[in-house]
Amino acid sequence: MHVPGRPRARVRQRPVRRLSLLFAAVFAAITLSTFVASPALADEVGTDEYDFIFSGNVKFEDKPLADVRITVEGGGYDAEVVTGEDGRWRVGVPDKDETYTITLDEETLPKGVIVAEGSATKEAEFGLTNNATVNFFLGEGVRQVTPFSEQLAGRIMNGLNFGLMLALASIGLSLIFGTTGISNFAHAEMVTFGALMALTFGVHLAFPMWIAIPIAVILAGLFGLAQDIGLWKPMRKRGLSVVQLMIISIGLSLGLRYVYLFFYGGGVFQLPNPGSTKIQLLGPIKLSITDMISMGVSLAVLIGVAYWLINTRTGKATRAISDNASLAAASGINVDRVVRIIWILGSALAGLSGVLWAYFRPGIRWDMGWQILLLIFAAVVLGGLGTAFGALLGSIIVGLMVEVSTLWLPSDIKYVSALTVLIVVLLFRPQGILGRRERIG
Amino acid sequence: MDWGLILNNTLAWVFMPETIAYAIATLGLAVHFGYGGLLNFGQAGFMALGAYGYAISVLTFGFPWWGGLLVGVVAAVVFALILGLPTLRLRADYLAIATIAAAEVVRLLFQSTIFDDYTNSADGLGGYHESFRSANPFPPGTYGFGPWTWSATDLWVRVFGLILLGLALLVVWLVMRSPWGRVVRGIREDEDAVRALGKNVFAYKMQVLVLGGVLGALGGFVVALPSAVVPAYYLPSLTFFLWTILLLGGAATIFGPVLGSLLYWLIMAFLANVLPALASTGMIPGLNNPSQAGNLRYILVGVALILIVAFRPQGILGNKKEMTFNAR
Amino acid sequence: MPANQPRIKSTGLHVGEIRPGVPKVDPIIVADNVTRSFGGLKAVDVEHLEIPRGAITALIGPNGAGKTTLFNLLTGFDKPDTGTWEFDGKNLAGIPAFKVSQLGQVRTFQLTKSLALLTVLENMKLGAKNQAGEKFWNGLIPALWRKQEEEIEEKALALLERFKLDTKKDDYAASLSGGQRKLLEMARALMSDPTLVMLDEPMAGVNPALTQSLLDHILGLKDSGMTVLFVEHDMAMVRHIADWVVVMAEGRIVAEGPPDEVMKDLAVIDAYLGSHLDTDLGVVTGRIDVIHEDHLVDDIVEEALQTEAGSTTRPGDDIQEEKVQP
Repeated sequence: MHVPGRPRARVRQRPVRRLSLLFAAVFAAITLSTFVASPALADEVGTDEYDFIFSGNVKFEDKPLADVRITVEGGGYDAEVVTGEDGRWRVGVPDKDETYTITLDEETLPKGVIVAEGSATKEAEFGLTNNATVNFFLGEGVRQVTPFSEQLAGRIMNGLNFGLMLALASIGLSLIFGTTGISNFAHAEMVTFGALMALTFGVHLAFPMWIAIPIAVILAGLFGLAQDIGLWKPMRKRGLSVVQLMIISIGLSLGLRYVYLFFYGGGVFQLPNPGSTKIQLLGPIKLSITDMISMGVSLAVLIGVAYWLINTRTGKATRAISDNASLAAASGINVDRVVRIIWILGSALAGLSGVLWAYFRPGIRWDMGWQILLLIFAAVVLGGLGTAFGALLGSIIVGLMVEVSTLWLPSDIKYVSALTVLIVVLLFRPQGILGRRERIG
Repeated sequence: MDWGLILNNTLAWVFMPETIAYAIATLGLAVHFGYGGLLNFGQAGFMALGAYGYAISVLTFGFPWWGGLLVGVVAAVVFALILGLPTLRLRADYLAIATIAAAEVVRLLFQSTIFDDYTNSADGLGGYHESFRSANPFPPGTYGFGPWTWSATDLWVRVFGLILLGLALLVVWLVMRSPWGRVVRGIREDEDAVRALGKNVFAYKMQVLVLGGVLGALGGFVVALPSAVVPAYYLPSLTFFLWTILLLGGAATIFGPVLGSLLYWLIMAFLANVLPALASTGMIPGLNNPSQAGNLRYILVGVALILIVAFRPQGILGNKKEMTFNAR
Repeated sequence: MPANQPRIKSTGLHVGEIRPGVPKVDPIIVADNVTRSFGGLKAVDVEHLEIPRGAITALIGPNGAGKTTLFNLLTGFDKPDTGTWEFDGKNLAGIPAFKVSQLGQVRTFQLTKSLALLTVLENMKLGAKNQAGEKFWNGLIPALWRKQEEEIEEKALALLERFKLDTKKDDYAASLSGGQRKLLEMARALMSDPTLVMLDEPMAGVNPALTQSLLDHILGLKDSGMTVLFVEHDMAMVRHIADWVVVMAEGRIVAEGPPDEVMKDLAVIDAYLGSHLDTDLGVVTGRIDVIHEDHLVDDIVEEALQTEAGSTTRPGDDIQEEKVQP
């Protein structure tokens, strides 16, 4: 199960946000180091004698680590190198066709930094070229000392955070489904829209974030309003079936995504201060300020939405329409008005979720919403399509599942568990946890 | 702008393997949705299975090319059975979400580093062509003329793709005009009514899912024939391109997918040539990056999908009366 | 309602004193302890029921009485919480709907399920049993099914002629009127030569001009040796063609007997025929308000639709019973 020479992403102990950073770092390192010739430094061994060179770049959280010892062994040859100030190392070896064992000495890492389990030693060989890159995945904490309970607690907190922001998006999706019957695939683009607007106002126009984020959320709501006026209401009036509406939302999603790509390009952008250090709270629970604000905002907004649904006239009307649209219409509820409010609210919530997710990932991309669309759908179906509180419950379950499953599963398939559960739930309880059996007809 | 070159590059797509492959895979969708009423949004997953089934069996297990083709087909059948068991009893929109999720699971597993030895994870697979090319009946040389000038290998890939497409069309045409097809179309209209007439609706839906899925796998195989197999190709967007093609041509028609695929690729190729040229001449305001210009095409795909579904749901070849969007 | 054709009714169908659940001389359906709840509400709670063979049995009762739910249970379209039932001596518990139909017990639906985008003839052909060409691999080889297809077509055309739909054979079923669809659905059910035909509100939404021919067709089914069980609201029609009447209310069998005797039953008259004609029994007996409201809304919608369509169906005929269950 191990192809020599390929750095490997089997990481189990670290929070997800670091992981994505590391992925980025490693891929960047791979691509860069093959093209950019490193300057001659004391961190090179045997590069003059031999033509075949292993190289790497030891970094943690984007900061290079110096004085880390790396040994290369194979074919009767061995060498030892210490990383330079820039974290780089290069070792020349005599034989291209040999397999070498490359080891990073964990003792030489700074305190609190470790190599991912089982990956301190790697097997490496050369491909077609005379250079090969070997990188190690570094993480936070001391593996042997980090108790399982602490890892689990970290994952659960992350999962809750992720679940709450999923809930912001999925409640909107669920309300829109409940009131209009549309499985709105373009909801993902509302998530992205919120993040992009925060980027535009907070970074490009350099507004302070506490102004930029509300602007982003309001603009997302207005975008929802524009969609209802320009597209969805006319389509409803044409009497299109739910399947047609769903495919239209797919077309909209596709079009919007490429509009974003067109204007913003394919890169990853950061909001100001994406990652801040984690603060030890109760027991094993650690959270950064950003995490705390994010969870606080999610919770407050969700409680607000719940209050609105239960207590206000429009909220009650919304639930009545979800329950039975023709009955609601006949009892004098202005369905069009409520649907319009739901489009605004749902889009604004999705936009907010996009902003929070931009901090959580961290980073903003043109297709970031699309990446979690299926998780949003999974959450909504899990809780019961069209039930707002089901969407909340489903989101938290999905968020926890995605995060906690990385304790056992490689992180590159962490979404697989949630999607599989979605299919399994459809098998045993298609109406979802809080849905009613009759709904599914 | 060199219009001759643009025309040449565009017309080349008439016989591109991808054009043929999309036609086959979309024919599978026509079986699913146009005839059977199944809202399959996971056709990309079936295509991935066809492509990977072929590539992995050749590379890892040393199968001949036709063995790989069979493995891909069998994989699609198995996937259809696994997918169908829980989902075929569901309402249409649930089925859509379940199938898209299942296709993503397939793609993520192919992309994961867990099975790196077999799939080469995100980098994908290449270099499995030897067996297929050694079966080439055409002697080396240059064939065709104008935009359709091919090497012997190119010709063999296209001819084999067209043979598969022809067979697929024949099978779908035969089976849809048989009593079997009548039952399937009945299920599309109202499955309870068909059940009340003593037909095993679940079994028919399963057969429909398998047939369409196998066509998807064959499409994936044809995509893989000339090039490589990369997981990022099999994104949900691929399924949506196929849907655009399906609805463009006409969902409940035999030749709709062929016409749709042809039009889709000709338009895409034309725009791919024209837009960057326009961009570099500065004729589109605000657009001066040629590579960005290519992305404009996908915006158009999205808009086209909306317009077709809203205003001509039966597609080009379809019968207005026999459009298939029942609210179920 | 036309009552010009005095028919000889089947009599002596039961054994012993007439009461709900009375045994029949020759039952075709025997159900025991069949219950089905939606939420907390028992939609069907049938202790014992036998349907006589070779006769026309009417199942009547107010909206929400569980008639359609009972239909769904007997035909395998719904699963009961408890109970056993058999058809022609075969236990049907757990048998899927399509197999029930293959055994010779076919049904129609309250809201017609003509296959809109199939032609009338295709609709008919779909009804035939044991078609070789309905297997996938056989379908690929026309030689294997062409001959059978011709026979089926012949039979279908004959039936269409009988139901006066032969001129429409190449039209999409979608283009038929409501009454014609009911006829088509009935004719299609006959393609499988059933032993028991279950009709769910065959008269609902049918133009009065067509009711007589529908009635004749139902009587014709009996003449050709089939058993008929049907749900109906229209008491005149029930009295006219039924040999036996079963009355349901709130999921239970509250009365049964020959039509004239059931009509005399005070409970039925009170509950159904008296001053509360066309009113929901649930409301009369003080059941939940929501139901009442729900029906009113549907009635309004229904009425609006009918005015639009120029049809004269009574309000409430097309209300699906499931809607009532909260």
